[in-house]
Amino acid sequence: MGTKKTSLYQLHLDCNAKFVEFAGYHMPIQYSEGIVEEHKFTRNHSGIFDVSHMGQLFIYGGEELIKDLEKIFPLDLKNLKLNHSKYSFLMDKDAGIQDDLIITKIDEGFLIILNAACKDNDFKILKELLKKKYKMVLDGNRSLIAIQGPKSSQILNEVVDGVKDLNFMSGNWFLFDNQKVYITRSGYTGEDGFEISILNNYADKLTRELINKGSKLAGLGARDTLRLEAGLCLYGHDLDKDKTPVEANLKWAISKERISKGDFIGSDIIIKQLNDGVTKIRVGIKPEGRIIAREKTKIFNQSDVHIGEITSGTFGPSVNGPVAMGYVENEFSKKNTKVFLEVRGKKYAANICSLPFYKKSYVKGVNQ
Amino acid sequence: MSEVKYSKEHEWIKLEGDVATIGITKHATEMLGDIVFTELPEKGSNVEKDGTAGVVESTKAASDVYTPVSGEVVDTNQEIVDDPSKINQDPENSAWFFKLKIKDKSEMDSLMNKDDYDKFAKENNT
Repeated sequence: MGTKKTSLYQLHLDCNAKFVEFAGYHMPIQYSEGIVEEHKFTRNHSGIFDVSHMGQLFIYGGEELIKDLEKIFPLDLKNLKLNHSKYSFLMDKDAGIQDDLIITKIDEGFLIILNAACKDNDFKILKELLKKKYKMVLDGNRSLIAIQGPKSSQILNEVVDGVKDLNFMSGNWFLFDNQKVYITRSGYTGEDGFEISILNNYADKLTRELINKGSKLAGLGARDTLRLEAGLCLYGHDLDKDKTPVEANLKWAISKERISKGDFIGSDIIIKQLNDGVTKIRVGIKPEGRIIAREKTKIFNQSDVHIGEITSGTFGPSVNGPVAMGYVENEFSKKNTKVFLEVRGKKYAANICSLPFYKKSYVKGVNQ
Repeated sequence: MSEVKYSKEHEWIKLEGDVATIGITKHATEMLGDIVFTELPEKGSNVEKDGTAGVVESTKAASDVYTPVSGEVVDTNQEIVDDPSKINQDPENSAWFFKLKIKDKSEMDSLMNKDDYDKFAKENNT
């Protein structure tokens, strides 16, 4: 099976994209202006990201589906309102993270957005766990376009009327060119923005209209620097099967109500870790000076003892300096703890810091 | 008169007397993308032909910088350490990397002239 192309492939070509293969797809890493410019334009104006490689899983069902999904996800789904979204993860029995995801309650059931590299495996796991009781569609006919940044609401609203009234982490059906599109106010850049689920045949037209209104395409390179500055995890790097949500410092995403009952996959380990603490934990790490510590860089304490590893690291264009995150032994996880990073054989000073590196500007409730 | 020559690792080298100024080519910067970090050899240190003599990093990855000739490092360009984006702006002129007092001028002989390098860069556009 060859490398797949998204429905925006021609548009990427027209905009001089440089491509990389990512999770079996030809994806744009950057366009002619480059990662730093695309990053800054998204922070200051509006960037468009083709994230059509991600999985859009529709699961159809009612009350029974909600009960069955609560056995899987640590979420209070019975109280999740129509068109509202939650960040969550698919865990194994040891609470290891198999994928992180966004789940949204829709009329007929749920829409789950999955990582590209995990989506086929997630589908198999979920089908098995749900004992094939429900209609499940990993929809290849829909593209997913993210528009992110402070001008995005205004720009998208000119093309799809009404989206500006959406609250953060909620969605609805809208019309574009007389086609139903599902739009959520969400994203992964630390900026206000939207993700648009649209039939493949209309994705190119929608995106070109957004560009005409002043937004610009941004590639996976900028997406990575943006999400890292925002302190957000990338699956396969900051999250994987050897890490639990508690270790990943994502316990805010686990429903307190569900923990008290503890009847979801991985709940034994989650409850144990919440009560007893963890040995390693994800932290933000700010190198002193300009040195960039990338994934797999070893972290040492002041006594030169190996205490952890970087899982993501790059140069943050808005921070105008290096940024990283990684896992360290719990006792070294306090803010302002001095650590050392081994880069090309030399050790460089860094400090544990709180996340995000760049302050979010999400719109909370414009209707509330 | 000074002549600029080029290496297969995408460095340029300009010889004036026995001092060579070395930097990376415009083609190299286009392949790397935005440069956000630079590391240079220490003044007074000796570098060997085709050995590493620095590092440049883009937001995506780190790449070694090689020296196309051997010699003693007599000067380095602090400006590109303080502001690495200068390398993208003016790679073959003000954003030079380091100057070497070279040992053996014959090491220059195997390097490419501009026409040959342009052809080489076009054929190796990865």
